[in-house]
Amino acid sequence: MEINKDLIAASSTPIVLAILAEEASYGYAILKRVRELSGGRMEWTDGMLYPVLHRLERLGHVEARWEIAESGRRRKYYRITSAGRAQLAEERRQWQAVDATLRGIWQASATPLLQGV
Amino acid sequence: MHSPGHAVSLEEQIDQWRSYLRRRQAVHSVDVAELEDHLREQVTGLVDAGLAADEAFLVAVKRMGSLDALSREFAREHSDRLWKQLVVFPSDSGEPRARSRSDAIVAFCVAVAAAVLIKVPALFGIPLDDQHASFYLRNASLFVLPLLTGYFVWKRGLAPGTRPWLVLAFVAAAVFANVYPFAPTFYTGALTTLHLPIALWLIVGIAYAGGRWSQVAGRMDFVRFSGELFIYYVLIALGGGVLTAFMALIFEAIGVDVEPFFQSWWVPCGAAGALVVASWLVEAKQSVIENMAPVLTRLFTPLFAAVLVTFLATVVWTGRGIDIQRNVLIAFDLLLVVVLGLLLYSVSARDPRSPAGAFDVLQVVLVVSALLADAVALWAIAGRITEFGFTPNRVAALGENVILLVNLAWSAVLYVRFLRGRGSFTELERWQTNYLPVYALWAAIVVIVFPPVFRYI
Repeated sequence: MEINKDLIAASSTPIVLAILAEEASYGYAILKRVRELSGGRMEWTDGMLYPVLHRLERLGHVEARWEIAESGRRRKYYRITSAGRAQLAEERRQWQAVDATLRGIWQASATPLLQGV
Repeated sequence: MHSPGHAVSLEEQIDQWRSYLRRRQAVHSVDVAELEDHLREQVTGLVDAGLAADEAFLVAVKRMGSLDALSREFAREHSDRLWKQLVVFPSDSGEPRARSRSDAIVAFCVAVAAAVLIKVPALFGIPLDDQHASFYLRNASLFVLPLLTGYFVWKRGLAPGTRPWLVLAFVAAAVFANVYPFAPTFYTGALTTLHLPIALWLIVGIAYAGGRWSQVAGRMDFVRFSGELFIYYVLIALGGGVLTAFMALIFEAIGVDVEPFFQSWWVPCGAAGALVVASWLVEAKQSVIENMAPVLTRLFTPLFAAVLVTFLATVVWTGRGIDIQRNVLIAFDLLLVVVLGLLLYSVSARDPRSPAGAFDVLQVVLVVSALLADAVALWAIAGRITEFGFTPNRVAALGENVILLVNLAWSAVLYVRFLRGRGSFTELERWQTNYLPVYALWAAIVVIVFPPVFRYI
């Protein structure tokens, strides 16, 4: 199953913030976590994560720090800020509203076509 | 799986990938480091899963996404990066930062020294007023250019063998500018004022090129530097003018007359210091901002060509001769200087390897039409030169005209050869850069020989 680009773009912010709310992390590990959580259904192009992280950093939702990883390489770690947590809560409310609306529709019109999705 | 051969080729592949990424303007080197860490992690993960190193690399690169799409995303997030910023102190690594900082400090000190130097004669009873204006005009270049030369000698670490010659040149310039008993009419004195900076600019160039003066590329860099410096200096002067106007206005509001301060301190010190600051800026912003001189050249070459062709057509159509007036020779000298500048700066920005294009044809049209216009003027003057008499101004202007004419005529020949595929563009470049000392030499002749020949009038 392929999820369309707009949906991926729209959901990237809450997903990244939610993962960082669990613990501070870095790009590769975030992507691994996304793959795990979605059971491989959400396929992000790896490079695209970084502009998203940079945007969140610019908005003050996350803060970044260069650290030395256990491999000995320099690695950029991202940590969620309190503004980021507030944003995540807001996003969560919005997505829950969308989700609730859709669920309502799915249940009301149980046509085979929609059920197949 | 972890054989050394594989490891080496993987490093090479990553190097190559990194260098591709570095070329993207919107992706900075910290981002490249971040993405590289990701790539390596991905490769390690895939190798652990059983892939060969080169296969893992290919998969990891594929998953990263196409570089175009990636840099587009980066550009969207960091749109400011497409506007190249002048970073005076780069933050990337320690060594260049320290270097550019010491560079800035030295440049600032040299600028202050230039500003102070121009006030030194006042200590010895030569105040900056109308009575001594001629002294200051004649020596204007001597207050700043030696310091600017010193700055470049320091910056480029010029060979000690060359240094005494530069000093000697400035000492000689100071002597010739001041020992001649110029008459109050100040014709030859004015010529010295105009020509001394041209002669001394060559000395600055030798220091600027820092041992590369003998190479075409070194001299061409100096030409580029001169053009950018001119533009920066004009911009700084405009800014200074605005600041001066505001200063005059607000101090006038409280009844303080700052005019004397302007005349004796603000303008001369500012003009001297600004030259050094502009030079430093040109050096600092090199490769960061597009060079302005070639851009202006592109803009004005077609316009000048159109004007000159129209002028020639009008002369032929109406049969009007040139009305010979006192300044007509100087006007045509200036025309040739502008055309030469347009030629020089388009040459300086052109890739010599690229084939001839429409702009090159336009350039030839410009040069040939300027030559024809000048020939018309010279023809008109030649008939009446004896009638006017040989004043120092006229001889100097005539000499300059000949020098520029020779340069442009041979440039036209070389350019046409290039257009017809019989010569390479580098010949034109070499001709232009080899010709640079000729201007300085003629300027030196005007400064040294003219005053005694014309009896210091």
